[in-house]
Amino acid sequence: MNIVVLIKQVPDTWSERTLSDGDKTLDRASSDAVLDEINERAVEEALKIKEAGDAEVTILTAGPDRATDAVRKALSMGADKAVHVNDDAIHGSDAVATAKVLAKAIGTVGDVDLVIAGNEATDGRSGAMAGMIGEVLGWPSLTHANALSVADGAATVKRETDEGTCDVTAALPAVVSVAEKINEPRYPSFKGIMAAKKKPVSTLGISDLGLDASEVGLDGSLVKVDSFAPRPPKSGGQKVEDEGDGGQKIAEFLVGQKLI
Amino acid sequence: MSEVLVLVDHVDGEIKKNTYEMLTAARRLGEPSAVVVGTPGTATKLAEGLAAHGAEKVYVAESDDAVNYLSTPQVDVLASLVERVSPPAVLIPAGADGREVAGRLAVRTNSGWLNDLVDIDGDRNGSHSIFGGAFTVQSHATTDTAIVSWRSGSIEVEENAAAGTQETVEVPAVDAARSAKVSNRAPIVGGDRPELTEASIVVSGGRGVGSADNFNVVEGLADSLHAAVGASRAAVDSGYYPNQFQVGQTGKTVSPQLYIALGISGAIQHRAGMQTSKTIVAVNKDPEAPIFEIADFGIVGDLFSVAPQLTEEVGKRSS
Repeated sequence: MNIVVLIKQVPDTWSERTLSDGDKTLDRASSDAVLDEINERAVEEALKIKEAGDAEVTILTAGPDRATDAVRKALSMGADKAVHVNDDAIHGSDAVATAKVLAKAIGTVGDVDLVIAGNEATDGRSGAMAGMIGEVLGWPSLTHANALSVADGAATVKRETDEGTCDVTAALPAVVSVAEKINEPRYPSFKGIMAAKKKPVSTLGISDLGLDASEVGLDGSLVKVDSFAPRPPKSGGQKVEDEGDGGQKIAEFLVGQKLI
Repeated sequence: MSEVLVLVDHVDGEIKKNTYEMLTAARRLGEPSAVVVGTPGTATKLAEGLAAHGAEKVYVAESDDAVNYLSTPQVDVLASLVERVSPPAVLIPAGADGREVAGRLAVRTNSGWLNDLVDIDGDRNGSHSIFGGAFTVQSHATTDTAIVSWRSGSIEVEENAAAGTQETVEVPAVDAARSAKVSNRAPIVGGDRPELTEASIVVSGGRGVGSADNFNVVEGLADSLHAAVGASRAAVDSGYYPNQFQVGQTGKTVSPQLYIALGISGAIQHRAGMQTSKTIVAVNKDPEAPIFEIADFGIVGDLFSVAPQLTEEVGKRSS
């Protein structure tokens, strides 16, 4: 079984995040960058399949140089090798262009049975990349999985969203996106961290994917960002010490605001 | 005037409010056409509500397969309508299912996807609220059709009597070998409280609540206000309250009329999920807690004495 796990380096959600003035894209340099949490669960799920049988796990990411740190972390958990699409031309790609890049990169791995991704990154939050890549490849997508099993050439997931739960089954090759409750990802062991340094990482540019610069990045995107503005800082209002009447004080405030 | 497509959000024969917001927004761009994808008989139950809120046309795409495959029937129906009527925009709910439909439709039709819009003007310029409301971003699609995911609760619904002329369209046959088959569908049991992302008041508890049992103080206040209950990540990680109620960057984003934070310090993580609330009230023992920086009204004190007293005050005023 040949499994590709999609990972993404994102700004740490515990740090301040901002956009670049120049091209109105995410300012990746200004905040701490981490492997998105949900991706660790995607890696874990692939490793569980590998440990239960026979599988090769390839990590795939698209991102700048520093995304190497996220790749190494995923490899140190136990994945076998990685593909890192690193090309200035893809900077600023919208979701549709990104789906095309990732689908082409999956094609370079060869005879892939299963693609596993997180259900939603904490930065872009489009929450649909698995379905979009499936659409590009013509493969079924099984999304928001809280449980995954693979047998007899098919994948089955337990899907859970705010709208409800259901079971979903599809023939391989397929794309699966995992949700937060699917597993608890392992910590890389010291041995794993050392081994990761020797694992092969192939770095590809868009020409290696058979794409032209006009199809990706800001030029190749079908959405243009016109402007952005930080929300005006909200100043704190009244703050009072509770003197036994705190609840009444809040009630009076709410009445004044016509909220109760 | 060009037709603007709106994918109707419906559950158990009832239209969700988000649909009316989308019909309201669609009218700015052209003539709203509602698209109902569901099992046979669905559109009959929805027709009246759709016509009352501005749907000039209702495309009825009904088939048993509509609920048997994940997002594919909706994508197929919308893609064929996009080809037929060349709409300036297709509006789709921004929930988990809707975003999947929207993203796939954008790929299929090679259209720009404006995700999670909170507003759109007559020239198809969209507004997004990102990083939990820290930034407002304006964008537009460069393609003839814009695929729009619409965030629930963003604009006021307008009633607008329209013809609501029904037209049956085909649900294309699904290629079973290449589609995800669905079984055992079950709704999330939400209880009697309003849904977190749709509620006009949210009462949330944090680490300061101290235990799962103590959350009854949060729930008590929420129930007196007919509010939804939320929790910070710290409270969820500590096992005080279920994951699905988490408000914050890695949970839900809410923007109610009133947000009451009990025992929540206000880390960026949490603020990202609630700072666009119209009015924020905070109760915390620590006078330096960052939540006070964004609270319109704050009480430095013990939530276990303040919250029950507030619950009682609310009770007096509503009786």
